[in-house]
Amino acid sequence: MIQISCKNVTLGYEGVAVVKDLNFEVSQGDYLYIVGENGSGKSTLIKALLHLKPPMSGEIHMDHSLLGGGIGYLPQQTIVQKDFPASVREIVLSGCLGRFGWRPFYGKKEKQTAMEHMEKLGITHLADRCYRELSGGQQQRVLLARALCATRSMLLLDEPAAGLDPEAMQEMYHLLEKLNREEKITILMVSHDIRAAAAYADHILHISEEPLFFGTKDAYIQSEIGRKYTGGMKHVGDA
Amino acid sequence: MWEMLKMYFSYPFVRYAMIVGVLIALSSSLLGVSLVLKRFSFIGDGLSHVAFGAMAVAAVLDVGNDTAVVLPLTVLAAVLLLRTGQNAKLKGDAAIAMISVGALAFGYLFLHLFSRSANLSGDVCSTLFGSTAILTLSLTDVWLCIALSVLVVFIFILFYHRIFSVTFDETFARASGMHTELYNLLVAVVTACVIVLAMKLVGSLLISALIIFPALTAMRLFKSFRGVILASAVLSVVCAASGILLSILASTPVGATIVCVEMGMFALCSFAGGVVQGTKKGYT
Repeated sequence: MIQISCKNVTLGYEGVAVVKDLNFEVSQGDYLYIVGENGSGKSTLIKALLHLKPPMSGEIHMDHSLLGGGIGYLPQQTIVQKDFPASVREIVLSGCLGRFGWRPFYGKKEKQTAMEHMEKLGITHLADRCYRELSGGQQQRVLLARALCATRSMLLLDEPAAGLDPEAMQEMYHLLEKLNREEKITILMVSHDIRAAAAYADHILHISEEPLFFGTKDAYIQSEIGRKYTGGMKHVGDA
Repeated sequence: MWEMLKMYFSYPFVRYAMIVGVLIALSSSLLGVSLVLKRFSFIGDGLSHVAFGAMAVAAVLDVGNDTAVVLPLTVLAAVLLLRTGQNAKLKGDAAIAMISVGALAFGYLFLHLFSRSANLSGDVCSTLFGSTAILTLSLTDVWLCIALSVLVVFIFILFYHRIFSVTFDETFARASGMHTELYNLLVAVVTACVIVLAMKLVGSLLISALIIFPALTAMRLFKSFRGVILASAVLSVVCAASGILLSILASTPVGATIVCVEMGMFALCSFAGGVVQGTKKGYT
C-alpha cells in the first residue's frame, strides 16, 4: 500500500526554492533514509510531510490515515526540554492528544496505549521518573514512545542519533529496526549519517545535490552519487 | 495581634483586598509555570509596562472605567509579543524590551504633559508599585476579579493536557494535529487579563514576581508537571495571603511585601530542594 507519493514537488521559503523536482513514493513497511547535508532542505521536507508548510508546487499525496497528525514525529530536542519538570508518563501520554478530539482528559484507552508503548521500548520502570534526569538514550526512547502513541503506521524521525553516545545510538537503531520488521511500521529517517543509511535503510532519498536520488539502497550504493558518499561500502548491507 | 486583625477585617475593603489578592495570585501562578518554561518570563514585565502606558492614557482621557481602555490594549500587545516570538526578524526578548520601555516612557510623558492631577508623582508611584489601589477596590472590581479567576482556572483545567503538550514540545504538538497557535493565543490573552487585574494588587513593576516566583519555587521541589502546577498554585496563594496580612499588621506597601515573602519562600525551597537532592545523592 502506498502511503505517501510526491510528484514534482518544489519546496522552499519565501519564494526561494530549496529542493526542486522531488519525486518519491513510500509504501507501508518501508525504511526510508532521507539524507543530505545541512541546509539541503531536509527540515523543509519534514515540514511539508507534516503539513506544516505547503509545497511551492507539485503534489504530495498521502493516505488518509496519515492526515491530521497521523504521522508519529520525533523532533530534535529543544533547549526548553533540558530542564523541563515532567514525568515520563506525562510526556508519553501527550502523544495521544492529537487523536482524541476535544475531550479534556485522558481515558482508559489512552493510558493503556501509553503503557503498551512504554513496555515495548523498555521504559516502563522509568514511568514516574523526571525526564530531565534521564540519559540521552532514555530520553530518546521516551520521545519515541510518545511518537508511537500518535501513530499506527508511520514514524518520522529527525536526526534521532544526534547527541547520543555510540552505544545508545546502536540501541536506537536496533529498536527502530525491530519496530520496522515486527510491527510493519514505516520509518522515515532524516539524517546526515550516510553510513547508517547504508546499513539500515531499504530505500534512500538523497537531496543534497542535483540530480536528486531516490531508489532502493542497493541501487544507491551502485549509483555515482552513492559511491561518492558511501565510499564504496558494498558489503555493509549484508550486516 | 489577633484583635488587631479582627478589627481590620471588619472593614469591607480589607476583605476585598484579601479575596482579590488570593485570586490573582492563584491565576497568575497557573499561567506562570507555562510562561517560565517557555522562556517567556519577561512577557509579564513587558505587558505590565504596556498596561501602565494604557493606564496613563485612560487617566488623561478621564475615562470612567479605565479597565475598558487598559484591557484591550494589553491584550493586543500580548498577541503581538507572542507572535514576534516565532518571527526571526525581531527576536522575542528584544521585542519585549522595546515595547515595555517604550510604553513606560510614553505613559510617563503623556501623564506629565496632560495630567490635571495635583499629585503627579504620587499617581505614577501608586500605578507602578500598587501601594494604595488594592484598598480602593469597589464591589464591581471584586466581582470582575472573581469571574476572571474562575474563568482562568476553568480554562486551565479544561486545556491542562494540551497546555502541557504545547509547552513541552510545540513542534510535536503541531505535527500531531493540534492548533498550537490557538493555545498560544489563549495563553497570551489570559496572561494580559491577569496582568491588568494584578496591576491593582502589586502595581505594574512587581507583577512579574507574581508570575515567575511561584513557578520557580515549585520547580525546586517537584519534578512532574502536575506537581509543579499544584505546588505553584498553593505556594502562590499562601505567599499572597501572608504578604497581605503582614502588610496590614506592619503597615507596609502590599505589593512589595508580597514580593518579599515570595522571595523568602524561594530561598527556603531552594535550600530544601538542595538538601533533598543532596541526601538522595548520598544514598545512591
